[in-house]
Amino acid sequence: MNWASWDNFLAMGGYAFYVWGSYLAALGLVIAEIVLLALRKRKVLGRLRAGRPGSR
Amino acid sequence: MNWFKYSSPQSFFPLAGTLAFWFGALALAACAAGLYIGFFRAPTDAQQGEAYRIIFIHVPAAWMSMFLYLVMAFWAGLGLAFNTRLSGMMASAIAPTGALFTFLALWTGSLWGKPTWGTWWVWDARLTSELILLFLYFGFMALQAAIDDPRRADKAGAVLALVGVVNIPIIYFSVKWWNTLHQGASVSLTKAPTMAATMLAGMIVMAFGFWFYSIAAALMRARCIMLERERASDWTVEYARGSA
Repeated sequence: MNWASWDNFLAMGGYAFYVWGSYLAALGLVIAEIVLLALRKRKVLGRLRAGRPGSR
Repeated sequence: MNWFKYSSPQSFFPLAGTLAFWFGALALAACAAGLYIGFFRAPTDAQQGEAYRIIFIHVPAAWMSMFLYLVMAFWAGLGLAFNTRLSGMMASAIAPTGALFTFLALWTGSLWGKPTWGTWWVWDARLTSELILLFLYFGFMALQAAIDDPRRADKAGAVLALVGVVNIPIIYFSVKWWNTLHQGASVSLTKAPTMAATMLAGMIVMAFGFWFYSIAAALMRARCIMLERERASDWTVEYARGSA
């Protein structure tokens, strides 16, 4: 086991800023991409349902 | 089985949805396993302490940034050669995810460089060529966005994507061809890896997680593009009404 405690884990041996800065950026970007894709799909589906040729 | 059936957006659309779901589930499982190995099984590095744990994001992201570019250029080239509708859509669908991983490779590299090299950034060959890769992705997306006719946008984008392929071997071999601050490859096809087995395992499993995620995200985006581009056909309207 690498970590004696929860605090020990979060501290990352003094490199918390660098390690968590990397992991949080990855998580944030992935969540942002999924949300943007969901919004994009919702938008195009809304337009298709509205069905106005001018807006299509 | 007739694979050409799936070269039409209408028949590929439902398949893409099913595949996106399952690859998304696989990505979640692989990333959970990879993070477990990376944080709880892989030992502390003798020289870098815990800072090296950035590797489980950094290396898979960098691999994906190059791999996705090649896949994007492959689809773009296929579309240019055979004028198939779906190929251009796939190329456009991959670009933003490729840019995401390129940015992530640079970002995590910077956060890793500060504690280990003492600098956020240097203009060495590896870092500079990876930055050029990010600009190639942005250039591809900007060029496509600037052209109204999707088929013409696909063609212009394809030429840019294909020319940019030359940058991929430059990134990969940059640490051999030039004297870089960035270290050489720890894992390569030609020699045994120079790292602990559990560290390597965590990295490989995370790479699979990122790969599966990329497939899922690209297919989700491809579905949006299909709906947008085929908005004048009946099947998209029927799908939209059916999913209300």
